[in-house]
Amino acid sequence: MSTYNRSMALTGEPPKALNFHQKLATLLGISGLAILCLAAFNVDFANKTLWLAISLMALFGGITWFTIAAYAHKPKGIKNDGVMFKSISSRGFWGWVAGVALTAFYIVLYFYPQYLGLAKEGDNTGVIALFDPLSKLLSGNPASQWFVYGTLYTVAILAFGIKFIWKYRHNNYEKIRTVSVMFFQTSFAFLIPEFMARLNSDTFSLPYYDLKNIWPLNYYNFERYRVNSLIDAGDIGLALLIFGILSIFVITPILTYKYGKRWYCSWVCGCGGLAETAGDSFRQLSDKSLFAWKVERWVVHSVVVFVTLMTTAVIYSFLGNDTSKYWLTKTSFLIGVAVILTAVFAWVMIYKREQLQRDAKYGAIGYFVVIMALIAFHFFSGEGNVFLFKAETLRKTYAFLIGSIFSGVIGTGFYPIFGNRVWCRFGCPMAAILGFQQRLFSKFRITTNGGQCISCGNCSTYCEMGIDVRAYAQKGENIVRSSCVGCGICSAVCPRGVLKLENGPLEGRIDSKDVLLGNDVDLMKLVNQK
Amino acid sequence: MEKIVIIGNGIAGVTAARHIRKLSDKQITIISAETDYFFSRTALMYVYMGHMKFENIKPYEDGFWKKNRIDLIQDYVTHVDHQNQKLKLKKGPDVTYDKLILATGSKPNKFGWPGQDLQGVQGLVSKQDLDALEENAPNNTVCKHAVVVGGGLIGIELCEMLRSRDIPVTFLVREKSFWNGVLPDGESEMLNEHILEHHIDLRLGTNLDEILPDENGRVRAVTIKETGEEIACNLVGLTAGVTPNIDFLKDSGIALGRGVKVNRFLETNVENVYAIGDCAEQHEAIGNRRPIEAVWYTGRMMGETVAQTICGNRREYKPGHWFNSAKFLDIEYQTYGWVFSSRHRKGYEAHFHWRHATEKICLTVAYHKESGKFLGINTFGIRMRHEVFDRWLTEERHADYVMEHLKDANFDPEFYKRYESEILTQYNAELNKAIRPRKKSWKRILSPKA
Ligand SMILES: Cc1cc2nc3c(=O)[nH]c(=O)nc-3n(C[C@H](O)[C@H](O)[C@H](O)COP(=O)(O)OP(=O)(O)OC[C@H]3O[C@@H](n4cnc5c(N)ncnc54)[C@H](O)[C@@H]3O)c2cc1C
Ligand code: SF4
Ligand code: SF4
Repeated sequence: MSTYNRSMALTGEPPKALNFHQKLATLLGISGLAILCLAAFNVDFANKTLWLAISLMALFGGITWFTIAAYAHKPKGIKNDGVMFKSISSRGFWGWVAGVALTAFYIVLYFYPQYLGLAKEGDNTGVIALFDPLSKLLSGNPASQWFVYGTLYTVAILAFGIKFIWKYRHNNYEKIRTVSVMFFQTSFAFLIPEFMARLNSDTFSLPYYDLKNIWPLNYYNFERYRVNSLIDAGDIGLALLIFGILSIFVITPILTYKYGKRWYCSWVCGCGGLAETAGDSFRQLSDKSLFAWKVERWVVHSVVVFVTLMTTAVIYSFLGNDTSKYWLTKTSFLIGVAVILTAVFAWVMIYKREQLQRDAKYGAIGYFVVIMALIAFHFFSGEGNVFLFKAETLRKTYAFLIGSIFSGVIGTGFYPIFGNRVWCRFGCPMAAILGFQQRLFSKFRITTNGGQCISCGNCSTYCEMGIDVRAYAQKGENIVRSSCVGCGICSAVCPRGVLKLENGPLEGRIDSKDVLLGNDVDLMKLVNQK
Repeated sequence: MEKIVIIGNGIAGVTAARHIRKLSDKQITIISAETDYFFSRTALMYVYMGHMKFENIKPYEDGFWKKNRIDLIQDYVTHVDHQNQKLKLKKGPDVTYDKLILATGSKPNKFGWPGQDLQGVQGLVSKQDLDALEENAPNNTVCKHAVVVGGGLIGIELCEMLRSRDIPVTFLVREKSFWNGVLPDGESEMLNEHILEHHIDLRLGTNLDEILPDENGRVRAVTIKETGEEIACNLVGLTAGVTPNIDFLKDSGIALGRGVKVNRFLETNVENVYAIGDCAEQHEAIGNRRPIEAVWYTGRMMGETVAQTICGNRREYKPGHWFNSAKFLDIEYQTYGWVFSSRHRKGYEAHFHWRHATEKICLTVAYHKESGKFLGINTFGIRMRHEVFDRWLTEERHADYVMEHLKDANFDPEFYKRYESEILTQYNAELNKAIRPRKKSWKRILSPKA
């Protein structure tokens, strides 16, 4: 018998320990967080500017240092050693700790900002007060919880963006894409809106506007106060309003046709930006089962229906019956919505039916629900309310359920548990609409390289959207899936060079090239006919 | 209903089962000893390295088999009685069949080295090997040093695995340069450099002499034939190739060579018995191929072919143009057509070799000396489009044509640096030509005939 001690193997330590520099770097980052926590518990820092700077720099420096310690001494290439052993990235103890902490943060942020020091009257206190100097520097106003959040969010995307770029330094697609999300976050989401706030005065006022945030992601874009204030702001405001409408109906479809939804989801979007950078360590946690895919389709499409109805209701509720204030009236608006939806629905059913297959039925159900609701709006609504609810209630419900709980608490708080794209996959109506187009009318696809797949599973494992990429690749079939955000990681981690994200002609986009599985043509023809 | 029994749930057996199900309603049973469910053998390394869990390397969800009415038996077949069309199993009751497919794969070679059966000496082929490795080399305190014997694809994978846990590795390679029985010299040399870059103690032209035990029957050290040097180690990985797994067929009456002998229809000498995958040996090699091809892709193709035959469309196994791929540490390798090493180079075969000045990127194009016909390509660090090369080989294109249209074949991710012009400049200079690179054309790429 063996005298070999089995238990030694069980306590064995695969490559998961941090090296010395990584530990110090972690400490530095945590000290940055600690300053914020102390401020949150109302420790009064005399020199706020200094301490805020120290805190943010510690965070940024800690993450960057960690990155260098992790990757600089290694040759470039895929860096997934030990991912499944580390407790933070495999739903272990630290994964749960991080998940709970993040979730708690989101709950406080959305529902109890007073604990962060938000003051309705008078000066801010706590951690929000710590951010006052920076906020005043940028916009001239004191900070809010959203400013604190926005700043931390931007720091996270920048610092983890650098980490991501180092990790994939052999891969130009990943590098350029990440620079892009870092840029859009810093400028469009963070700085420009703050500067825009500077333009505001007693006579001129623009609402907060992140230009890259497109309806239905910013479901609030067409609310009365925003539309009014845009209209009242004259040419600039009107231009913004028109831009908002154009981005839905013109810009988005054109770009998605040419490049797939990745132009937005993994190059521009802030939610995507955070997922790709800070969330990168959790991409392998997304559920790949067929069951999860089913849930995904039901949930995300329900959100689309919800947001469409909600927005229609909100706009409907503030439109009048004559053209005195708004050029659009209640009735013409409803008819307009119905016409647009019908046109889209008819086009899909006539030209793209066979591509939708089973999903066609669900599309029809969704369409039917919306149209019935529109008719109901017309007959059962009074002044200011739609159907039985106040439009405002509908909007609040959406904001609470989808805008806060789903996109924030679950979407980001649960990164270490469900993976980094839970929101994008199950909740984001924008992603669903773009995905719908990507599936039916786009040049984008992931080409499978003939018969080279060895079914290893790296692609599926590291797909953050939970797509079972291997299921297609091993059949020699291209991947055309509505949920694919084009992050390119499946292609990067594939050890056999099987996958390529590309934009090409529409013909032959989905066809599988069975021939290249290696057998001679006649045989494969036979297989295909069956 | 006809009952098809398949021994072995690897890629070959499972592909056969899937396609038989696609084509028919026959009863299908797979008997396999290693694991309950099919997994990707090629991905074993990633489990040890922590890139994936074992769950992740199973290509189908566990419910798939039941849904497709494929019965699974986890047991070992000890004997095939083809007169009574019956199998004897180690644990369970006998199983009868109407048609039998042997897809039993391979096992590691052992060349009779002294000490080859000691504790801590192992191959890397099966799930059991993976488990053993987790015991023998969980980390670098239990396994202070490892020796890997045999410079092939599995050998380099094992080295990479051990290095991922910071275990010092000595890599004994019999050849003068890594894998130079298969690769042309320039490529093989580049890989030597890359192996050293990864802090693997590469010993070229070195043979294992003996494996030495400690008092507990565990490996303590190995000695080297050429120098007599003794290298202390806690693990010896034997990765000097594989042999078909056919011992249990010895007295069955099924004709055996190194593997199970089959004709082009994958039929054995016994009626209703077929063999596919790693364990099958062609009577005569097909083209430049070897009679036994222990690779993933051929297992899959044979599985598809035999499924056709069994479902009434008797088909010859026609594997098409050769292709393969691998990854050496950080360098991806792809090949299409035939590019031979200097040892096996054909008389008519000429090579054009290009290597990047600083990066570990290179390619070799083989062409016919007289006619200039393109024969094959090896690329390292550049991905190529299978479809395009397959077509060029079928169309018997001239090497010049291939060089001119190289951009059509590039399969690297978007925004990668491209090397076609650099490659072509060298090609023109060496062969005294004046070819200019053509722009990538989707029309050419997608059209079945250019
Ligand atoms: C580490 C490693 C890496 C590899 N990487 C690559 C690669 O990158 N590319 C590539 O092309 N190829 C690669 N290969 C080769 C490839 O994996 C094999 O060619 C392929 O798996 C063979 O498939 P198969 O179905 O013929 O047999 P196997 O996958 O070996 O399956 C045979 C099964 O039959 C079972 N069995 C055998 N005898 C009996 C019996 N008597 N009773 C019951 N069950 C039995 C065995 O236990 C085994 O489970 C690699 C191989 C290894 C080991
Ligand atoms: S399929 Fe690939 S590119 Fe698309 S989301 Fe998944 S990993 Fe990213
Ligand atoms: S990573 Fe590549 S080889 Fe592995 S399953 Fe995916 S496509 Fe196939």
